[in-house]
Amino acid sequence: MSEFFAMGGYAWYVWGSYGVTFACLALEVVFLLKRTGETKA
Amino acid sequence: MNWFWYASPQTFFPLAGTIARACAVLAALLTVVGLYIGFFVAPTDAQQGEAYRIIFIHVPAAWMSMFIYVVMAFWAALGLAFNTRLSSMMASALAPTGALFTFIALWTGSLWGKPTWGTYWVWDARLTSELILLFLYLGFLALQAAIEDPRRADRAGALLAIVGVVNVPIIYYSVQWWNTLHQGASVSLKSSPKMAATMLAGMLVMAFAFWFYAIAVSMLRVRCIIREREA
Repeated sequence: MSEFFAMGGYAWYVWGSYGVTFACLALEVVFLLKRTGETKA
Repeated sequence: MNWFWYASPQTFFPLAGTIARACAVLAALLTVVGLYIGFFVAPTDAQQGEAYRIIFIHVPAAWMSMFIYVVMAFWAALGLAFNTRLSSMMASALAPTGALFTFIALWTGSLWGKPTWGTYWVWDARLTSELILLFLYLGFLALQAAIEDPRRADRAGALLAIVGVVNVPIIYYSVQWWNTLHQGASVSLKSSPKMAATMLAGMLVMAFAFWFYAIAVSMLRVRCIIREREA
């Protein structure tokens, strides 16, 4: 398991990429749902 | 079936909601499958070790950044030529998502560049033209935000979007036209793929996942724009 997260020593590069990517996409959805709620009212 | 029926924002509104829901489900399923293939099925790369696994988001995000720009410019041009309200709204709805994928392509590329090239950034043709693409998206958004009247904002944004299209082939062919650190195309219609089948499969599944994600969020956003403008 820890071997998987170590990514052969490239953990920062691999998880830094995936983390920021999915954080960005999740944030976009959150802001969009917030905007949807605001425009409905 | 009369396709022009859906050219009106009011009649398109419910359809956009249905498309958004269907595409969101598809995007979520494909992301799970794509990540499973990317991390558990695809083998470790002989040269790059595990660092290459960034490919499963880097390449799809870079494709999306260019593809969304072309689609955005297409809708903007249509809105400019025929004065169709919904076309311009689609262009505005696509821009933030396109900018986001451009940022993701640059960010993941940077984190991939460090272990493979030894640097996070280099003023190379591919990287520089992709950065210009980000500035084009941001310029489009800023220009539209700066103009009060939505119809005038649509026309000004459309001009910028159309002129900026010239940058897309520059990005695509930059690796052939100039000496660059960035590798050439990994997948092309003219030659067989230069990678293992499972690696290619993971990349294509993630590309479809991003594709459906982009459709889902742009449909949600166009619904917001329709509500805001037509209220």
